[in-house]
Amino acid sequence: MLRYTVRRLGQLLIVTVVLSVLLFGWLRALPGGPVSALLGERATEESRARLVQQLGLDQPLYVQYWKFMQRAITGDFGVSTGVQPGTPAMEVFLQRMPATLELSVLALLLAVAVGIPLGYFAARRQGGWLDNLSITWSLIGVAVPVFFLAFLLKYVFAIEFGVLPASGRQAAGIDATHATGFFVLDGLLTTEWDAAWNALIHLLLPAIALSTIPFAVIFRLTRASVLDVVEEDYVRTARSKGLGAMVVRGRHILRNAMLPVVTTIGLQTGALLSGAVLTEQVFNIPGIGQALSLGFQRQDYAVLQVVILATAMVYVLVNLLVDLAYAAIDPRLRTR
Amino acid sequence: MGRRLVTVGLTAVLATSLSACVQSQRGEDSGQTMVFGAPGAPALFDPFYASDGETFRVTRQMMEGLVGFESGGVEVEPELATDWTSSEDGTKWTFQLREGVKFHDGTDFNAEAVCANFERWYNQTGTGQSSALSYYWIETFGGFAGGDEPSLFSSCEASDPTTAVINLTRATSKFPAALGLDSFSMQSPTAMKEYEADKVVAKGSGFEYSEYARKHPTGTGPFQFDSYDQNNQSVVLHRNDDYWGDKANLDRLIFKVISDESVRKQELLSGGIDGYDFPNPADLDSLRQQDFNVQVREPFNVLYLGMSQKNNPALRKLKVRKALAYAINRENLVNANLPGGAEVANLFYPSSVDGYTEDVAKYSYDPEKAKRLLNEAGHSDLTIEFWWPTQVTRPYMPDPRGIFNSLAGDMRKAGINVEPVSKPWNGGYISDANKGDAEVFLLGWTGDYNSPDNFIGTFFGSTENQFYTKPAPWGEELANRLDAADKEPDPTKRERMYTEINRDLKSKYLPAVPLSHSPPAIVTAPHVKGLVTSPLTAEEFASVSIEK
Repeated sequence: MLRYTVRRLGQLLIVTVVLSVLLFGWLRALPGGPVSALLGERATEESRARLVQQLGLDQPLYVQYWKFMQRAITGDFGVSTGVQPGTPAMEVFLQRMPATLELSVLALLLAVAVGIPLGYFAARRQGGWLDNLSITWSLIGVAVPVFFLAFLLKYVFAIEFGVLPASGRQAAGIDATHATGFFVLDGLLTTEWDAAWNALIHLLLPAIALSTIPFAVIFRLTRASVLDVVEEDYVRTARSKGLGAMVVRGRHILRNAMLPVVTTIGLQTGALLSGAVLTEQVFNIPGIGQALSLGFQRQDYAVLQVVILATAMVYVLVNLLVDLAYAAIDPRLRTR
Repeated sequence: MGRRLVTVGLTAVLATSLSACVQSQRGEDSGQTMVFGAPGAPALFDPFYASDGETFRVTRQMMEGLVGFESGGVEVEPELATDWTSSEDGTKWTFQLREGVKFHDGTDFNAEAVCANFERWYNQTGTGQSSALSYYWIETFGGFAGGDEPSLFSSCEASDPTTAVINLTRATSKFPAALGLDSFSMQSPTAMKEYEADKVVAKGSGFEYSEYARKHPTGTGPFQFDSYDQNNQSVVLHRNDDYWGDKANLDRLIFKVISDESVRKQELLSGGIDGYDFPNPADLDSLRQQDFNVQVREPFNVLYLGMSQKNNPALRKLKVRKALAYAINRENLVNANLPGGAEVANLFYPSSVDGYTEDVAKYSYDPEKAKRLLNEAGHSDLTIEFWWPTQVTRPYMPDPRGIFNSLAGDMRKAGINVEPVSKPWNGGYISDANKGDAEVFLLGWTGDYNSPDNFIGTFFGSTENQFYTKPAPWGEELANRLDAADKEPDPTKRERMYTEINRDLKSKYLPAVPLSHSPPAIVTAPHVKGLVTSPLTAEEFASVSIEK
């Protein structure tokens, strides 16, 4: 288990270095760059050249990369030029990451909390109305683009009925302490109940929109997996031994059916992060998805670098955790 | 039982949440809090180092200059100076200062504070001299202390607490209007010293600003800085109860950053904000129908068809440039592609700016004449690259693609082969167009203050420009004439000089074709009263009140 973990951590390091080289070269190959954003629309060639020199952007690419890595090791990724101008890129990332995590975690919880029980019950009553309804729902979830669903939800619940906020993380001007950056948690920790509630209702629509795809995947996989497992000999044996229905369902069916579902939940985390780019745009949530999108629009090298690198690391780390969880559930994997 | 639970599923959870949260989404509303949707995040709160509208939108509420601009207009009027006089040669400006004014930190506003600000600007060193930081100083005053570039600024004298004298090295048409620029707002010398306002460092590909610029901006205005919640992307200001003039009606003014225009609209419709800037012209009618206040500003900008003589030799011929001017239907462009209130541009600036004249060559739509001129010039089969920007809208250019399509269609009707080139605004468009690489292109400008120099001086005052006027036989002449007009201390004579330049710009030089002046709109909820719009898009919110 230890060797396995170390090997996976080594992979994480290699992925980071390779990605940083590719990312660095690719960003600098794009036309424009942060100089245009810094100088505005009427900069002369001379002032442009002077700024390029001042920022060291005229040096050979490998020199720039070396300097970047030297600073990056200390956590200094430069300063944002477009997303949050003047703020250190690492700070931008750290400020925005909780928003994305909060949204993704809630979306995943929704997908799991609804997807697994629904998948189980749909399989147990295969062909019934609940089964048919759930399958149709999950098909819609996969087929309808997230941004369209997001817009629809917003239109109905925020604009037409006015019962939920249209965008943002918390009402502007609400007095709230942001200790951890996770707004709901902050509100609970500081007993600022209004702030926690306000943050939670801001999260609802984007989380529902974001959860549709993982819900559909989790639901369908759970259903298929349960259908497979109930046919297994050990389930029949368990039943014939006279074990109670609850024990058979919980220990024999659900537990075994969950193996592929757990892996999928891990893979869905990556999908959630990419889905967050769109959802955060539609709901104006200042998370890393929005930072990525604005970073590209405004050619913000510093923010793009830190966000892409860190997201990749989070992705690899989450997969590592999933693999470890998988090994924990299935004892056979630990000895391999 | 289990089945029933599943049946209600998600909808039950949702319904419970919804019934409980049918309430104000704005938290504790004091009744006098305004939340305004801003299209972008402010870069910093020290306007001297800024050149972007989103920074100024915030600092303008907190800081004031020696002079300001009239409410709803562009004329210069007293602000922290009550009066001013200039020496006959235009080099010595004496400002009488308002008495009893204090900065938000309690520091007295007086002549010494004025000189401390001017000296701070003039004595910038190292990174502070970068044009990415000191843009407006370089544009207006030129160089810094001890530098090679000549500076307009010579010295500042605090002869007594209420009299500040600014000595210039030459006369300029920019004075005193340029002092109304947000960058030249008066800031507390005490706070700037305490929080090291000049400590700005280049880091990676950007700049890290001082603690002063991030957390402690200190001016004399009707609002003062409260906080910038980057987690929630909102800037909170509160009323300055010790303000020397009419105190603000609002207790709090909050700017919420919402970069996407359609999200801003949805936030207004759902009641999350009380107003926002730059609504899509296509939405104006529907917003009006829903009782929102859509206020269209007086246009103070220009959109032009730039023509660079660098890469296409045909464009060096006046007849070809005139043919392009005749080929395009500007009336149609204004009616079909621009918001209500837009006008066909006669000159490179709107009629409210000095030196404006109707008596210039007009180039009304005439495709046949365009063809004839191209024939005469020997370019009947003219092919041009026509550049237009993507990923951007500007107040003068709300729909770049639509404008491009309209103009390209006109040109094709006049027999011109158009090769479209589109580039992202910050992804090469601006930088390449400024290098003169774009043959024919769309660009424009929003004026900073009422001065011809701020428009045509900026465009053609140097021969190193996007129109590539350097090798043109008249490029140097035009730049010299603009320089001479700017230096002329006699306002009457100066105005005449600008009028003459305008005439020649349209008939003799024609380095570009002015297309239109577009009025950007601003929209507020019905309960927002008292917002006076500014042609400079420099709204002040002190007069606003919430009447629910």
